[in-house]
Amino acid sequence: MARLITTTDKKPKPRPDIVDGHTLSMYVNNKPGVLMRICQIFARRAYNIDSLVVSQGRDPRFSRLTLGISGDPAGLTQIILQCDKLIDVIHCFEHTPEDAVVRELALIKIKAENAERRTEILQIVEHFGGKTVDFGEASIIIRIEGASDKVDASIRLLNNYDIVETVRTGKVVMARGEQVT
Amino acid sequence: MASKKKQQELDGAQALIMTLSSLGIEYVFGYSGGAALPIFDALETVKSNIKFVLTRHEQGATHMADGYARATGKPAVVLVTSGPGAGNTITGIMTAQMDSVPMIIVTGQQVTWMLGKDAFQEADIFGITIPIVKHNYLVRETNELPRVAREAFHIATTGRPGPVLIDVPKNVSQSPFTGDLECEIDLPGYKPEKGFDIDSASIEEAARLINLAKKPVILAGHGAMLSGAERELMEIATKLDCPVTSTLLGKGVFPETHSLSLGMLGMHGTAYANKAICECDLIFNIGSRFDDRIIGQADKFGANAKIIHIDLDISEMGKMIVADVEVVGDAKTALRQLIPLVEKRKRPEWNEHLNGYKKKYPLAYKKQGGLRMQHVLDEINDLTGGNAIITTDVGQHQMWAAQFCTNDESFKWISSGGAGTMGFGFPAAIGAQFACPDETVIAVCGDGGFQMTLCELATAVIHKLPVKILVLNNHYLGMVRQWQELFFDNRESGVDLIGNPDFVKLAEAYGCKGINIKRPADVRKKLQEALDYNEGPVLINVECIKTENVFPMIPAGAALEDMLTEPPKYKMAKPVGST
Repeated sequence: MARLITTTDKKPKPRPDIVDGHTLSMYVNNKPGVLMRICQIFARRAYNIDSLVVSQGRDPRFSRLTLGISGDPAGLTQIILQCDKLIDVIHCFEHTPEDAVVRELALIKIKAENAERRTEILQIVEHFGGKTVDFGEASIIIRIEGASDKVDASIRLLNNYDIVETVRTGKVVMARGEQVT
Repeated sequence: MASKKKQQELDGAQALIMTLSSLGIEYVFGYSGGAALPIFDALETVKSNIKFVLTRHEQGATHMADGYARATGKPAVVLVTSGPGAGNTITGIMTAQMDSVPMIIVTGQQVTWMLGKDAFQEADIFGITIPIVKHNYLVRETNELPRVAREAFHIATTGRPGPVLIDVPKNVSQSPFTGDLECEIDLPGYKPEKGFDIDSASIEEAARLINLAKKPVILAGHGAMLSGAERELMEIATKLDCPVTSTLLGKGVFPETHSLSLGMLGMHGTAYANKAICECDLIFNIGSRFDDRIIGQADKFGANAKIIHIDLDISEMGKMIVADVEVVGDAKTALRQLIPLVEKRKRPEWNEHLNGYKKKYPLAYKKQGGLRMQHVLDEINDLTGGNAIITTDVGQHQMWAAQFCTNDESFKWISSGGAGTMGFGFPAAIGAQFACPDETVIAVCGDGGFQMTLCELATAVIHKLPVKILVLNNHYLGMVRQWQELFFDNRESGVDLIGNPDFVKLAEAYGCKGINIKRPADVRKKLQEALDYNEGPVLINVECIKTENVFPMIPAGAALEDMLTEPPKYKMAKPVGST
């Protein structure tokens, strides 16, 4: 889906070549410096890393990376190949929602000083299957998890209230069925 | 193999040198310094066949290792200290990476507990070099050193070759070594053997396109040379009666004196090679990465032709040019599989047509009205029978050397292609002469490039290397001046090398023989005198015409069909497609 890119030009033009929402997974050596090698490839070709999740694999010699990337899809194929070429990268794949499960988690802190507002907020949270993880006198922290668009939708609704801050984990991905992540 | 007890007496540096020696490393080029002291000491204490060459600058060491590797296919080691020592290797590492040259760079480093604290001569050379190496290491455990060295050697020399840097903190190199010298490498993410397992469907589709083609051209690149595909290339070219053009780095993989050879293509390639690419119906690329200097305007390159791309590196596929058939794998293996599938042909019309271009647009120059670089290079080619190893710097002299010094064999043309590194030619010639002591090695330099690394005169003199240093001296940065003449209304800016030294006196100050050539009539005699002198290096300073231009020329980013074969009679637009 095309999106608007803000440029120095006063009238932002749609750039159909810039596309959101590529999800890459990488299986890499669990060593210092590996992330630098990967990030340099994206930066050099002017791709933005929208989200990045790194964690140790089941085999501690390796790490899992999930990257959310926006940029020209044509160039992305070449970037995937260049990442795959790195000695420290075991493999690198692009995933779509059809072939993989994509999830993220958000923590949202909202001011909730009066009981009425608090009730409304909790109704929204319940609708999205969220949980209250901190209940303070003046604010609450809620946790929402699911596909990124579900997290987006919940934040959109909660924007009607006084959000103090949000923290999102970024996407994690796992390929469905026989396919390797 | 050393016994366990004996191994415990080693330190990390000794284990490193022993491993490098066991891998067959013959030469270490380098420059000493504090953080590398234990490793330099190990060069003295470990009995090995490694010969150390002290250069006069770390950049020179990298180019020497590069020249050695390009002449032999084997890597040499560069050994320098931390901080500025490591920093000075950057240009040489980048040059090797751009041209797929195997090299192992060992840098000394501050002790591990001082890293990140701006300690004396600390530089994050691991971080700095990530974009310009095939792989690099910062070793934090002494016992890791042999495995890292083995991995570095394996990575540098297999697949698409390249430089590998090993950063060794001083406490790591001088601590006792208690590990296993014969340890196994562990590279789960690196599978160069996949290059020999080629998708047979891609081979069949390539053969189908080749058999359909009426006017094919083979484009032979460095990859064909690195895979050792010379015989297969000759076999398929003659079987198909197909003309062959080569890239700058592919010079020699197909004999340039062969009737099917079109010489080099691209920005300053031959007119007939570029015209062949424009008019052909099939571009059969064997091991070239479609560099911007050969394709010009990408969307017009081979617009009317089918394109087959054989490349070992899958990330080159579709990078510059989207081919009709992508054959991912080793060039020699691919050609061996292709040869039985292609039909023998005779193409008298196509080859006659191209021969017409060879007659119409020959590489030519005038012998009157001053001394031209082309004249000198043509004579040197004639005097050596095209058998010398030629190294070059970058610029006009490089392009003329590429045009007039014909190569019939691989590994005899050593030039910085991708990086375009001035100052490369002379140290690379030193490295090549160490590698091939019995060959004639000629460094073709400009007066600009030579002055960037001329301190290595000392290195050449000390080792009595009979390198011929041809300084083609026009007192200008000629290629930049040519662009200013053509595209910037002849406004010269930053190109006049006023203040050049007397190069013959300079050579003599280092104890090197020097010869001046000032008149066209003297060229042959004096070049012969230089070629006959083998007691040490000889510098030949040639005073050339100042404002000669290189043609043919395709302005950067322009289409191949917009090639100029002579000076334009109209004002040229500034190139925008590439640098």
